[in-house]
Amino acid sequence: MTGQALLEVEGLRIDLSVNGRRYPAVQDVSFSIRRGETFGLVGESGCGKSITALALIGLLRNPLSIAGGSIRFDGQELRDLSPGGMRKLRGSRISMIFQEPMTALNPLSPVGRQIAEMFVLHKGANWREAERQAVEALARVRVPAPERRVKDFPHQLSGGMRQRVMIAMALVCGPDLLLADEPTTALDVTVQAEILDLIRELSAAQGTAVFMISHDLGLIANMCQNVGVMYAGRLVEQRAADSIFLAPRHPYTQGLLASLPLLGARSKFGRKKLKEIEGVVPPVVAFPTGCRFNPRCHAATDLCRAEDPVVTPLPDSGLVRCHYHD
Amino acid sequence: MTDTSNDTILKVENLAVHFPVGRGLLGGSRRFVHAVDGVDLELKRGECFGLVGESGCGKSTLALSILGLQAPTRGRVVVDGHEVGTAGRDRKTRARITQMVFQDPYSSLNPRQTVRRTLETPLRLHGITAKSEIDGRIGDMLARVGLRPEAAERYPHEFSGGQRQRIGIARALILEPKIVVLDEPVSALDVSIRAQIINLLLELKETLGLSYIMISHDLGVVEHMSDRVAVMYLGRIVESGPWNTIFTQPGHPYTRALIAAIPDPFKRSSGTKITGEIPNPLSPPTGCGFHPRCPEARDICRTPPAPALENRGGEHHVRCRRVDEIAIPDGLATAVG
Amino acid sequence: MKIRANLLIGGFLFAAVVIAGSLAPWLAHTDPVMDADLLYAEEPPGAAFWFGTDAQGRDIYSRVLYGARISLTVGIISQLINTVIGACLGVSAGYWGGWWDDFVSGLTNMMLAIPSLIFALAIMAILNPGLTSLLIALGLTNWSFTCRLARASTLSLKSQGYVQAAKVLGYSDVRIMLTQLLPNMLGPIIVIGTLGMGGAVLAEAALSFLGLGIRPPFPSWGSMLSDARDQITTAPWISIFPGLAIFVTVLGLNLLGDGLRDILDPQSRSRRA
Repeated sequence: MTGQALLEVEGLRIDLSVNGRRYPAVQDVSFSIRRGETFGLVGESGCGKSITALALIGLLRNPLSIAGGSIRFDGQELRDLSPGGMRKLRGSRISMIFQEPMTALNPLSPVGRQIAEMFVLHKGANWREAERQAVEALARVRVPAPERRVKDFPHQLSGGMRQRVMIAMALVCGPDLLLADEPTTALDVTVQAEILDLIRELSAAQGTAVFMISHDLGLIANMCQNVGVMYAGRLVEQRAADSIFLAPRHPYTQGLLASLPLLGARSKFGRKKLKEIEGVVPPVVAFPTGCRFNPRCHAATDLCRAEDPVVTPLPDSGLVRCHYHD
Repeated sequence: MTDTSNDTILKVENLAVHFPVGRGLLGGSRRFVHAVDGVDLELKRGECFGLVGESGCGKSTLALSILGLQAPTRGRVVVDGHEVGTAGRDRKTRARITQMVFQDPYSSLNPRQTVRRTLETPLRLHGITAKSEIDGRIGDMLARVGLRPEAAERYPHEFSGGQRQRIGIARALILEPKIVVLDEPVSALDVSIRAQIINLLLELKETLGLSYIMISHDLGVVEHMSDRVAVMYLGRIVESGPWNTIFTQPGHPYTRALIAAIPDPFKRSSGTKITGEIPNPLSPPTGCGFHPRCPEARDICRTPPAPALENRGGEHHVRCRRVDEIAIPDGLATAVG
Repeated sequence: MKIRANLLIGGFLFAAVVIAGSLAPWLAHTDPVMDADLLYAEEPPGAAFWFGTDAQGRDIYSRVLYGARISLTVGIISQLINTVIGACLGVSAGYWGGWWDDFVSGLTNMMLAIPSLIFALAIMAILNPGLTSLLIALGLTNWSFTCRLARASTLSLKSQGYVQAAKVLGYSDVRIMLTQLLPNMLGPIIVIGTLGMGGAVLAEAALSFLGLGIRPPFPSWGSMLSDARDQITTAPWISIFPGLAIFVTVLGLNLLGDGLRDILDPQSRSRRA
């Protein structure tokens, strides 16, 4: 791939320690994001997508820790950075928005003050100047009547408005990288559409790279240029968004797509029985040997049960981790 | 409305549920939230009726009224020819007709009861006390929902989310009800598990001749499962009709906005969107409740009274004054279809 | 799983008191009431009288053993009464709400505002001193904490899906309370009950000390302490050993309560799961 990569993750491994034993919760994860690009990570609960994001922003806590690999941000290795250096980066150059903004906002402080605090903290602005900029920040994320809303407390705002406030805070310092962990899962669909538009526009206007996590394949394909599909701690397929829907190569991706009742499918093709993926998502402490998807894969062979497949490049510059990718 | 015909199993007539909000200081008048505000609907035997809308639109309150867990302020619910009340003596009668599958498979099972206990108590309560019959029914029901017989002796925490939802379905069906209310039956499950539960629900509907009322915000699931669909906004049905009419020729601007809001995996840009949020139900807008967010709103939409739900042919009803003027754009129909 | 030290020590102390009380007829050297012998009055602890003797020459060791029976009977039964009253009121108030909830909450707040010992004193002053009166007085005055806990738990549990499901399945309200709500709040109620038992042992001692509980000559730790007042400087063992017995019992119960809280806490349970 050409173009300057802002974020390069290589061979990332995150371990979970349980009673002194270490289990790889995330393993062999490599991807890169360029400026202005939106990269999406799709996966189910427990697949490791959220802890990957936390690793990127240096917020992994016991019992999780980075056990290998490298995270280079703008040419700098983040794993070499001191906690202080990481803190400086956080909020100014890398910021994050979460699924439930209510828990991420301080309930006892007006939202305007919380935004202003970011200006004081990272830009060294004085409070009066910061309060004025907070109003502008709210206006930028299209909060109506921002000069009145700055005085509101989080509980006085709707879920959509709170997520706007979170985005305003995340974008205060014009970050180079925005991490978005299921930013719209808790919101209604019409509000979700607005928030997605907002993220899309702000990223285009400021050249912000976006790392977006979701369990919703349709949403990720709609928002992102490149998509990674994660299963049981591994990236199993990495493709351009257009091709992952049209020609998925990994059995897990294929299974996911065939199992979803996509809007419009019934009126086009009639009601077909959805293809089921057998079994359940394995927990971190019981990842299967060989290919992690083999117990649920309809095409699994002895090779899949014994040997871990390696990442194979596809003709369209995508990557797939499957013994039988063609 | 015509008389209840033989194939109608549930009829909701002009149902309203108003909640008081706070007590006025110094005896000031109490204010009411109109959670459900005059809803009529009919559920036919063997059909799946999808109820769509955003949070706070009243779909859950409506479902609770149908189950008799929420007393209506006005109107009535007629199940299988009998009006249901909420009083204690009605609870058992109603339980044999109407049941419910819950959204969260984790909080909907009592953590201290084995699966057998969960399924056995309702049977005993409803007069089935012979051990052989209880065992037979439990074994049969577990097999129907795709669980092994050994599952009966285990506790909920030993199961995965999808298996718990199967137990929840078994519990809902153990009394052999005719109507099952599905409250977001798959939205709390892992994506790769959802197909299993959707297929199971559709299969059970056919084999047991059940009728479903399904609440969901996932339009893909609603389109896949429903025979007819109603869209709710601010406590009222704004559009209802057969599923293919709703999804390919939506008449109400809100229905169109809901459909357009689903991210299209094949198109990077977004469709027509609406802005703003659901108004405070304490002070609903005058005229059409949707006008502050409606891209098609004109002065006529802002003047009271609220528009009526009008028949557009077939079973298609739309609550919009400008429905004829805002003809369905062909582009949308193809984008959706 | 680690067994916590407080659970272990508390359980051991409480078990020791229970065993001492139940085996008192075999462990005791003399009859606690009848075997007064003024020849041996105020003997210090020694080989013959392990804990010494009191002013009437009764063996303190034997009296402390028999005292355990009274303390435990009062502690366990009165706290059981409290728990049943508190749980019934709390669960029904939380579940039904409305005027019943207002009434129960008001009553609870009133009970919390009056020190329960004063309340028990008042009841004992009306009734005749004795074991039954003690059980009534202590059993009616200390249910407010259990009630509050049961009400709060009910409020959070009743929105759970399985409670709704039980309603949909046609369970009666009482059945829902007994099978769906109570079993899921049993852990914290047991903890409060254990701690309350320690309180009841102390309250019994206090009432008996004041002469309103168990009447002499029957050996209750409180009445023994009361009797020992005059000899506290000349024969300190007469007060030390019953005092120690109270201390050990209450400490044991409190440690046990804390330990149970640790394992019955729903959060620690989900961590193990």
